Amino acid sequence: MVREHKDAWRGFTGTTWRDTIDVGGFIHDNVTPYTGDAAFLTGPTPRTGRLWRELQRMFVEERKRGIYDVDTHTPSTITAHVPGYIDRSHELIVGLQTSAPLRRAIMPAGGLRMVEAGLKAYGYALDPAVHAIYSRYRKTHNDGVFDAYPADVLAARRSHIITGLPDAYGRGRIIGDYRRVALYGVDHLIAERRERKATLDDRLSSEDVIRDREELAEQIRALDELKTMAAAYGSDISGPATTGREAIQWLYFAYLGATKEQNGAAMSLGRTSTFVDIFLQRDLDEGTLTESAAQELIDDFVIKLRIIRFLRTPEYDQLFSGDPTWVTEAIGGTGADGRPLVTRSSFRYLQTLYNLGPAPEPNLTVLWSPALPEGFKKFCAQVSIDTSSIQYENDDLIRPDYSDDTAIACCVSAMRVGKDMQFFGARANLAKTLLYAINGGRDEITGDRIAPASPPVTGDVLDYDEVLTAFDRTLDWLAETYVDALNVIHYMHDKYAYERLEMALHDYPVHRFLATGIAGLSVAADSLSAIKYAQVKALRDTSGLVVDYAVDGDFPTFGNNDDRADAIAVDLVERFMAKIGRQPAYRDAEPSLSVLTITSNVVYGKHTGNTPDGRRTGEPFAPGANPMNGRDRHGLVAAALSVAKLPYRCARDGISLTTTVTPDGLGHSRDERIANLAGVLDGYTDAGGFHLNVNVLDRATLEDAMAHPEKYPQLTIRVSGYAVNFVRLTREQQHDVISRTFHGSL
Amino acid sequence: MTTTAAPLTGSVHSFDVSTGVDGPGTRFVAFLAGCPLRCQYCHSPDTWYQRNGEPTTVDELVTQIRRYERFIKVAGGGVTLSGGEPLQQPGFVRSVLARCKELGLHTALDTSGFYGDRADDALLDSVDLVLLDIKSGNEDTYREVTGTGRLEPTIRFAQRLAERGIPIWVRFVLVPGLTDDPANVDAVADIVAGVPSVERVEVLPFHRLGAAKYAALGLDFPLADTEPPGAELLDRVRGQFRARGLAVY
Repeated sequence: MVREHKDAWRGFTGTTWRDTIDVGGFIHDNVTPYTGDAAFLTGPTPRTGRLWRELQRMFVEERKRGIYDVDTHTPSTITAHVPGYIDRSHELIVGLQTSAPLRRAIMPAGGLRMVEAGLKAYGYALDPAVHAIYSRYRKTHNDGVFDAYPADVLAARRSHIITGLPDAYGRGRIIGDYRRVALYGVDHLIAERRERKATLDDRLSSEDVIRDREELAEQIRALDELKTMAAAYGSDISGPATTGREAIQWLYFAYLGATKEQNGAAMSLGRTSTFVDIFLQRDLDEGTLTESAAQELIDDFVIKLRIIRFLRTPEYDQLFSGDPTWVTEAIGGTGADGRPLVTRSSFRYLQTLYNLGPAPEPNLTVLWSPALPEGFKKFCAQVSIDTSSIQYENDDLIRPDYSDDTAIACCVSAMRVGKDMQFFGARANLAKTLLYAINGGRDEITGDRIAPASPPVTGDVLDYDEVLTAFDRTLDWLAETYVDALNVIHYMHDKYAYERLEMALHDYPVHRFLATGIAGLSVAADSLSAIKYAQVKALRDTSGLVVDYAVDGDFPTFGNNDDRADAIAVDLVERFMAKIGRQPAYRDAEPSLSVLTITSNVVYGKHTGNTPDGRRTGEPFAPGANPMNGRDRHGLVAAALSVAKLPYRCARDGISLTTTVTPDGLGHSRDERIANLAGVLDGYTDAGGFHLNVNVLDRATLEDAMAHPEKYPQLTIRVSGYAVNFVRLTREQQHDVISRTFHGSL
Repeated sequence: MTTTAAPLTGSVHSFDVSTGVDGPGTRFVAFLAGCPLRCQYCHSPDTWYQRNGEPTTVDELVTQIRRYERFIKVAGGGVTLSGGEPLQQPGFVRSVLARCKELGLHTALDTSGFYGDRADDALLDSVDLVLLDIKSGNEDTYREVTGTGRLEPTIRFAQRLAERGIPIWVRFVLVPGLTDDPANVDAVADIVAGVPSVERVEVLPFHRLGAAKYAALGLDFPLADTEPPGAELLDRVRGQFRARGLAVY
């Protein structure tokens, strides 16, 4: 299979990556780490400025109407739409999801209902022919799931103890190794897939083998379609890219193909900046590229990533607000050999936040380590202070557990690029589960029995041991029901909405995670702490249902670096992960857990009654692993250290902390603020903290943006694992963000 | 070295771990309870009396600090003793700061200097930085601002710090109608300019965020109707300090 691409691979060193598909090895052999500062960066070219302004005019319309445009006739495939352009003669990197910018595609294979509801919400109707196809002739993922859900899953879903399940649309969170297309060319990848498939010819046709053969055949078909799509844009991607521009273009075609085929909940890009840098650096060394031209290519690429769109429903927006796509790109980090994987292009990617202004997408994620070069750390901190648009994840935790070629699926989920994929599992509501335990399986709002009947907690004053025993039992039921639901979902997704292209860009066989998640951790922990350290009286309605609690006395709360409360949160994470780990998982996926809510903390709170920590019914939870609003009384660092205690080994799908500081809360001068923020990131990473969203904002700015959204089209804030345009959040979520603790000086 | 025989107890109101506010970097800031002054703009009337705090031994506070020691060292920062007026409890402060120095932590003392004489040389040996509130440039305004204090001890303390080479960050709270008189500001700036170890001056705009605490304590907030200074006034006052070659924030 070894093929030498003399022209395309000129000047590259190393051999292992030539013999096998090994992009990480290629990076290792050819990276030029950059340890300097940001002084080399260049601003936007007039061309970039014009192109971006043209789109900005369209964004205004899009915000007003909800969506800009949609093709209601054409179920999307890699080749379904004719080529589209923003401004054909002035684009350096080409390709759109449909035939025009911001025109959304429909992807009914995930679920017809989602498509029809999404269209209806914005005043469109689905082409009746498409409706007929996907209701009469072709089953969807959504149909399959509901054919196979057992009754207790349906009940748990209805009562919102499990919410956000990807059972009506694309599951997403799969990161194709799009770089492979640029490094090897599609023909090479097809040849490799054929070899893999041939190895299955000797095996008996068991159900597993049949499925694998069919999937590999579909993958090959998808790669062929990708070539066809690129050819329509005038590019022959059968061979590898020969220049920096081609590398970015080939890479983008591959990613674009994935977004034409899947409306996944999150469509991460991967870890591309340092890969792209190798090609750009070669052009720079050969004298065929200037710094400004290199930046311009990246700016153009990022413009494309910023206009990735999917058709969603208003219900989806309530969970994940702001029209997110999670085009997550992991930047920086350290190599296994100790060299930084920071390159000039790592800087160039971040520079797009200046050249094009702040934006939520792509979801720029810095893999942080105190060992990163100082110049890069300072630039990251500066960009955070100026734009609030980047998030940080702990490279020192990720690298040993995964590899030094690991990217982030969605917000916080580490995946070895091209080697791991996950079955996305949304999240279960721990706080509500505690209420079910107290009420013997009945829902605290409706009174309906959801969990199996068990003796409700008796007595006026809640007894910690009694509650914990009941809670543990209810968590067993939750884990079983939850994984049961996920097994059904992913079976059906593989069957009816398989990610052909994304999986073609993974190794065969691939390693799979079953990614579960929890919401309401701090509410559950504080509630248990109240029961343990204060006196909590249960207040029952006439049917005996506990509907409220009276708390007498003080109790420690999660988020104050106080082991009494923090240990409860740690125990909950360990306990639930152990229970998840005992469930049989579809395709032998390795179970994992995240403590992440994105913006769904608001909806989870809305569907959860009064809790023993004093939280009122309907009140939002804290996002992710955050302490409850206002209960972290000793500042950001104490809160961060509490969160850092949550064991990553039990929550390998990621632990999210979102924080907002005022500029004054970081220091007086700009230099001081930059140094102090970099210091806090070092301290948090060193303490074992996994993820940190940093917003540097004034409360007044956000309040003004609520009142005058038109003044803040690009105001970006980080919310639990992703970034959003603040003005595109629902009003409820805007209030939630503003009411959250601002860490600043008094 | 700790020389205390019996466990030494102080009154501690609360603590915070903050960044870039009370000294350089990320710092453990302990707010000690009890203060002899009654500044009109005080934003923490809940720290006026020692009985407002929790009796805390040196060991207890140091144990709490040690929970952040590693973070502070990695992030860069230190420990600040603030208040209230920390020098109202000089023995406790001396012991805590000495223990912090044993841990290799940078130390700062946030004080009005009114009780500067109570800081003996042994205490100052453990201080890396003093955040010194200079509330006014003349005795009359000083008395008006603080109700109870005098300016002269603060000046004496500043000079003593300078003689010992201890760096000072001066803080001046700018209150329209109370401390903003150009002559008063000039007087403060002259005092500051005469203290060679001053590294910077922080002009802190008056705010009313402490008003809720007054209400909770059933007290009247004397400056309830005073507006925070505008940008123009802040620029003017900062300019008066800058004119004397001082680094101003």
